[in-house]
Amino acid sequence: MPSGLNRALLTLAGAVVAIVVAIAVCSVAIVAAGGDPLHALAAFFDFGATDRAQANGIATLFNRAVPLFIAGLAVAIGFRMNLFNIGVEGQYRIAAICAAYVGSTFVAPAPIQIAVIIIVAMVVGGLYALIPAVMKVTRGVNEVISTIMLNYIAINVSAYLVRGPFTGERAEGQLTVSTQPLPPSGMFPDLNFVFGWFGLPAPTREGGLWGFLVMAIVLGVVIWAVLERTKFGFAIKASGLNDSAAQAAGIDAKRMVIAAMVFSGAIAGLIGLPEILGSTGSFGTTFTSGLGFLGIAVALLGRNKPAGIAVAALLFAFLDRAQGALQFANIPPSVIEIIQGAIVLLVVVANEVTNRFALRLEERRAARQLKVTA
Amino acid sequence: MSADTLATAQPAVELEGITKRFPGVVANHDIRITVQPGTVHAIVGENGAGKSTLMKILYGMQRPDEGTIKVNGTPVSFRTPSDAIEAGIGMVHQHFMLADNFTVLENIVLGAEPKRFGKLDRAGARERITGLAETHGLRVDPDKLVENLGVGERQRVEILKVLYRGARILILDEPTAVLVPQEVEELFQNLRELKDEGLTVIFISHKLDEVLGIADAITVIRRGTTVASVDPREVTARQLAELMVGSELPTPETRESTVTDTVALTVAGLTMEADGHRRVPKGTSVSQYVDKLRADGVRLLLDDVSFEIRKGEILGIAGVEGNGQSELIEAIMGIRPTHGAVTLNGRDISAWSTLQRRESGIGYIPEDRHRQGLLLEAPLWENRVLGHQTRKLVPGKADKSRGLWVDRKAAKADTERIIRDYDVRTPGVDTLALALSGGNQQKLIVGREMSGEPSFLIAAHPTRGVDVGAQAAIWDHLRNARAAGLAVLLISADLDELIGLSDTIHVIYRGRLVAALDPSDVTPERLGGYMTGAIAGPEEA
Repeated sequence: MPSGLNRALLTLAGAVVAIVVAIAVCSVAIVAAGGDPLHALAAFFDFGATDRAQANGIATLFNRAVPLFIAGLAVAIGFRMNLFNIGVEGQYRIAAICAAYVGSTFVAPAPIQIAVIIIVAMVVGGLYALIPAVMKVTRGVNEVISTIMLNYIAINVSAYLVRGPFTGERAEGQLTVSTQPLPPSGMFPDLNFVFGWFGLPAPTREGGLWGFLVMAIVLGVVIWAVLERTKFGFAIKASGLNDSAAQAAGIDAKRMVIAAMVFSGAIAGLIGLPEILGSTGSFGTTFTSGLGFLGIAVALLGRNKPAGIAVAALLFAFLDRAQGALQFANIPPSVIEIIQGAIVLLVVVANEVTNRFALRLEERRAARQLKVTA
Repeated sequence: MSADTLATAQPAVELEGITKRFPGVVANHDIRITVQPGTVHAIVGENGAGKSTLMKILYGMQRPDEGTIKVNGTPVSFRTPSDAIEAGIGMVHQHFMLADNFTVLENIVLGAEPKRFGKLDRAGARERITGLAETHGLRVDPDKLVENLGVGERQRVEILKVLYRGARILILDEPTAVLVPQEVEELFQNLRELKDEGLTVIFISHKLDEVLGIADAITVIRRGTTVASVDPREVTARQLAELMVGSELPTPETRESTVTDTVALTVAGLTMEADGHRRVPKGTSVSQYVDKLRADGVRLLLDDVSFEIRKGEILGIAGVEGNGQSELIEAIMGIRPTHGAVTLNGRDISAWSTLQRRESGIGYIPEDRHRQGLLLEAPLWENRVLGHQTRKLVPGKADKSRGLWVDRKAAKADTERIIRDYDVRTPGVDTLALALSGGNQQKLIVGREMSGEPSFLIAAHPTRGVDVGAQAAIWDHLRNARAAGLAVLLISADLDELIGLSDTIHVIYRGRLVAALDPSDVTPERLGGYMTGAIAGPEEA
């Protein structure tokens, strides 16, 4: 399919240009902050001096990318049909604490224990996303507003739960609170053995390379198949491209809103699990926040396609990882946020431009081919 | 504009070698037109021949790739419509661009408001408007709200709006498309008066009788280029038509009747409120409820619409747009809730979803293919799936398909078949729908809807905006399907198409079916009378 290839190449070119321009913008910011852009650039690629440090750096990169990838997928499912699920942030937090709590209340063989935790997370995330979906189809409440509001509720409810009903035993002198740690059977096996293949020592920081990476890859493939190959995915795509036509084709708009929102929320529920199952074993006050919002940026950057989201998540994780290294190089780490912001902004512009260009190209190509055959 | 007297020797508009390249559609190629001042100059051509593009160029909405435009002898280059207005060119669009909640006066001055002490000078504006209206014989009431005006009056407002901005050259894009015959006559009277005032009118149309009745000169456009300039006194409608089409004319006439005795679709008492669907209160019947609505003065978009369509019958619905046709279609498709009953092949489908209705054998050619018929940014084969996503994508066994997956292979193969059988001009099945011209998009939709083995088809404006070749092909497909026992509900603004294809014609006026007519002995004029409510009282064919 050469036309599809054309479009993909154009998209890639657009993204590359956007990233290059973003780096240029940041170089200006770095110079203004009194730093040296070349030093900064070097810091991004500096994974440490020792083998151990490098292994840790690589593990950190992937451990950061996995939740970002899942968050991007969750957001993208809604975006595909023009549903702006801004509530991924709240959905994953409430799902994470419920899953961590439920997982800590019983002991079962590892596959069952982990499966229960995953299912609880997906169900809670899905149900929490059902609220704005029902509000939208029955009362026409804009999902952007309702999901933002529900984020506050979720954040505060989970903060209450972790201090109140779901709180675990606290060790002497420990200042943070968290849920009761999961039993060992609830922890996802790590992937540290992979480092052995490349002659690197196993990473040690935060439990090494989280095994949830495998789940994320499977999830990416499954979601790709659902969106691109199934009837449900077709209905989502049709609703997103032209909702009047979808309706005339017998695709029930309300049902699609509910289904897509719950699907999105269920995936969102998984965002917190890599960290809980891979390292902390519990939901605590130090639980990583903001992944839902970053997921919006990742989905935008990845153009709502699983492969693109994977690349975007890796890019964001790559930038995030450099925080420490930048500080060592005497460059304010907030530069990363400037780069991320600039990339997202520029990619959105580049997407729009390349998309229009690609469509025009397609029209022209069709016209030309017809002329040849006519 | 005192230079007018000097400029009369010069042509009002002169187009030389205008070329505009566009992907996917017939654009303009080497257009040459000379319009003499103080005349009505008609530009005729089939839908999609390139008339609209040409007018957009002349009105500054698009820039030509090649060629020169001269207005009153001076070469001009328009970047925006304001440049064209500056040069004294005004355009009356086919679709009116008026603010409904403004008065006539406000609409006319909108964008060129006369100000006095920083406020709208209503008195001054009124004086100018009445002056203009009187000199040109355009009767309007400046204080009426536009939403209360009829189509003919709205058009006069549009013309006044253009005159108010000082236009001496008026472009009218298909001005009669929305008018019924009586209103057309009135418009022509106005145009003649404008001409007598020394104004120039460029009149775009594809209705030849009208063109011959009003024009002083005619230019024919075919496939994007000017093929002839003729004198209306020296040509017949037939000759003009052949110039336009360049080949033998297609006619929509169906030959022998294929109507059977089996009723395919029954619609009984369809009623739709204008202010949103409400449930009928418990204990009252639908008809009691509807009577109460009428008594309360609730405006009804559909008012007790009932008819039957038998297998092999085409039932045409005539009506001025906006009299309930869209609502009727959406009610039958189950897109909008209504009161009343719809029965398909003996089964009551009133409570069914759109999907169930489609699966039970309703095909749907929507009135606006871009809005309701296509996923423009998706490839053709995905558009083949649209509306059939739950069914097998093989014609002949279009029953429900099981499983999760879209059968991509079958979809692509069947799209190939549609491309072949319906002569869809496309590079392939992976081409995006937006790359096709209107006619080819429409042929794809017709092919898709026919592939679901429908027992009943809704065809809303099936040949709107398609070229003459595609039009003939679509008519053929409809006729063949009818002969094979398909029941068709045809809704069209093209009265010739309606009269030619239908076995029975119902006229819809303000949501009611006001007349049932026999197409074999009805004239467009009489139809027009019913469509505007000028002829009242029911008539049975």
